[in-house]
Amino acid sequence: MTEYIFYFLSFVSVLTALLVISARNPVHSVLYLILCFFSIAGHYILLNAQFLAIVHIIVYSGAIMVLFLFVVMLLNMNAESEPKKPMFAKLSAVIAGGSLFLVIVTALKKAEMVPVISPAESEIGLVKNLGKVLFNDFLLPFEITSVLFLSAMVGAVLLGKKELD
Amino acid sequence: MQELLQNVRLVPMEHYVWLSSLLFCIGVMGVLLRRNTIVMFMSIELMLNAVNLLLVAFSAYANKPEGEVFVFFVMVVAAAEVAVGLGLLVMIYRNQNTTDSQALQTLKW
Repeated sequence: MTEYIFYFLSFVSVLTALLVISARNPVHSVLYLILCFFSIAGHYILLNAQFLAIVHIIVYSGAIMVLFLFVVMLLNMNAESEPKKPMFAKLSAVIAGGSLFLVIVTALKKAEMVPVISPAESEIGLVKNLGKVLFNDFLLPFEITSVLFLSAMVGAVLLGKKELD
Repeated sequence: MQELLQNVRLVPMEHYVWLSSLLFCIGVMGVLLRRNTIVMFMSIELMLNAVNLLLVAFSAYANKPEGEVFVFFVMVVAAAEVAVGLGLLVMIYRNQNTTDSQALQTLKW
């Protein structure tokens, strides 16, 4: 019965993803994307990746989407200011995306995927085990991300600053 | 909780592949479909998340932690990317007074 949780979450994520790209109002797009991210966090919990589920909620729903909402608010966007695309361009975009999906599905259909372990039994996603891997094998990349964040911060401040002349 | 997780093994690995490819293609569609750069940016986030989901699924089924660590780094890079990208978008709005991707043609000469 609990297998249906996966299908329910998948349905929610695909539906909200479709609503993100089809909603006229950018604010609605942001809110649907938050819902989509929450359903993806649910998928992570089903896969027993608890650390990533929490980080996903904190980083995506907590930080990134709030940033998006602030920018949409700041630029005062609504359905009226939304630029329109011609019907032909929309149709070709849908066909292009659908063909990409078709290519991926047909390419992977014959692939044999043999699970080594059931996600319920794998304990790699727990905070303790992932922390050990992160601070032993991946210590250098972990430290380098601080440099990345510093440069991103400097870049964002520099870009957001008004010109003083 | 444990009982709930025991039953998840019924989900075949392929279904995660289909789900993430569908989400990725919806993201691609969004980039092609919309002209508002912020919605295009959100579609890019959607694509990143589709890939993250697939990486987590593979690493959980293969019992290897490297995939989940990689997802962690993808999230880090995505956070940095959003900060810089939204800064750029606000800057563009300040100069052009629009976020329509069609209006940004000054480099097209």
